[in-house]
Amino acid sequence: MIGHFLVKGLDRGVAITLLVVLAIGVLIPASNLLLPEGHALHVPTYLLTLFGKYATYATLALALDLVWGYCGILSLGHGAFFALGGYAMGMYLMRQIGSRGVYGNPILPDFMVFLNWKELPWYWHGFDHFGFALVMVVLAPGLLAFVFGWFAFRSRVTGVYLSIITQALTYALLLAFFRNDMGFGGNNGLTDFKDIVGYNVQSAGTRATLFFLSCLLVAVGLLVTSAIVKSKLGKVLIAIRDAESRTRFIGYRVATFKTVVFTVSAMLAGLAGALYVPQVGIINPGEFAPANSIEAVIWVAVGGRGTLVGAIVGAVAVNWGKTWFTGALPELWLFALGGLFVLVTLFLPKGIVGTWSAWTAKRRAARDAAPAAAE
Amino acid sequence: MTTDIAANAQLYLDDVRVSFDGFKALRGLSLTIEPGEMRAIIGPNGAGKTTMMDVITGKTRPDSGEVLFEGGSVDLTRLDEAAIAELGIGRKFQKPTVFESHTVEDNVYLALKADRGPLATLFHRLNAEEARRIDEILATVKLGDRRHELAANLSHGQKQWLEIGMLLAQEPKLLLVDEPVAGMTDAETMETAALLRRIHDSGKSVVVVEHDMAFVRELGVKVTVLHEGGVLSEGSIDHVAADPRVIEVYLGR
Repeated sequence: MIGHFLVKGLDRGVAITLLVVLAIGVLIPASNLLLPEGHALHVPTYLLTLFGKYATYATLALALDLVWGYCGILSLGHGAFFALGGYAMGMYLMRQIGSRGVYGNPILPDFMVFLNWKELPWYWHGFDHFGFALVMVVLAPGLLAFVFGWFAFRSRVTGVYLSIITQALTYALLLAFFRNDMGFGGNNGLTDFKDIVGYNVQSAGTRATLFFLSCLLVAVGLLVTSAIVKSKLGKVLIAIRDAESRTRFIGYRVATFKTVVFTVSAMLAGLAGALYVPQVGIINPGEFAPANSIEAVIWVAVGGRGTLVGAIVGAVAVNWGKTWFTGALPELWLFALGGLFVLVTLFLPKGIVGTWSAWTAKRRAARDAAPAAAE
Repeated sequence: MTTDIAANAQLYLDDVRVSFDGFKALRGLSLTIEPGEMRAIIGPNGAGKTTMMDVITGKTRPDSGEVLFEGGSVDLTRLDEAAIAELGIGRKFQKPTVFESHTVEDNVYLALKADRGPLATLFHRLNAEEARRIDEILATVKLGDRRHELAANLSHGQKQWLEIGMLLAQEPKLLLVDEPVAGMTDAETMETAALLRRIHDSGKSVVVVEHDMAFVRELGVKVTVLHEGGVLSEGSIDHVAADPRVIEVYLGR
């Protein structure tokens, strides 16, 4: 199926985006590693990490666009899945610290020693193995999304009510992860990471690799999501978005489709979170903040809902704006973000990419019509 | 005795009761549709027509009563909408409901009888047989020349036809059609009557709920008149039109 899709199904926008993302994934780390500092084309390490963070956000946006843009599920809690993936990776990174922690305990992470815990909680077992952690990165958010979807979609909760519940979900997790006795480091979260699969997380080579992997995840995520939306399954998702009861009376189990796509999307978000954590060096309950999830919705809206490529463009563009604003005019950032959302909703309802493709389609139609009229 | 009737019926409703917050939408509705029969169902607003369809298609569970399909072999009250649709009952809504951001042909493609599981749909490819079926159905509903357009661009009447085409694609044994000619021009109404008769002639059972008396007369089939959640009168259009109780309900008071 993937082979067939690669040959025939890939549309131009997706193909170009794939090439651009992969080229960036190779060229930026290469410039960071190979070119001497001071060279005009040298990308400094802080920018490498910043762009790596953007790439993980772009993957989160892709995941959100799959459920919101194509299936009409406006999730205001997708940050929760991103954060869960991040925590799974963080737990692995904590276990790698070993006896190099402040308290030198070979098994227990520092915060547990500080809290006077005598042994590792059961749910921390296994996280010293990278493979296990990687499975949990996908499984934890996937399972939460599945259980949530099972109940919410089966009870036919839709629209604003569903959005509010997703918001409540991430808020509940925020409160839970703040508690010290949850065993995830409470307020401070997980930090002071040392190694990832034997390599120093701070080293230039590791950073470059993580950056490349983040771009690769964007590319693979785009490939998978566009294969999904081009398939008959994707057409069913759009059908559910447009006329849910019609789809149901044609014989599709709407709740099952929604649960499946919500789960796949959560897994993708979890992977993004797992790459985010080693690059920023910390994961704390703040990542569950409802505002994060809402920001992700704004990325997708700005880039163009239901276009996939737009999600990537939107995530990078808005975060670039955020970086610039919080540097230059920090107190104005939230106003700018709110204003941006209002402006996009009013003047670019299809977002950047949606408006662009509508415009090029119109031009093409005009060009095709011109010779016909001349005849 | 009832089992005898049920055993020969395509659809069999017996003493079906539904109430919403005390409002009795159906009070002991009994109805039998023979295999291959076309039936028109009329009745004033609030007579229970839409609730009856909701009960048959699994959207609403009756408080009591029997709803049986296929010679009494299937109890519809135990199944959900998707299972009932797969069993072979297609439903057209009163307001035309098509997938507006899909092309006309994709609308039919999605409705074609096929495995409805998520995994099966993910890996499904349109095959030659399906392409032929789509051509056939689009020809039947006269939308062949608009197949590549978005369904949103169709006129009201064409959307109604597309929805009927989608029903056909499901290959149902029984079609429930709710007010198919509401908002149609006279010419479109006649076309629709002819279309429904052709569908009926192909061997399917059809239940048409309608307000438009001229249209019901054009169909020329047995008519059931519903009133206050039960059957008021049944017979040919001339028979029910002459029934004093029907005249009372429609014209009286």
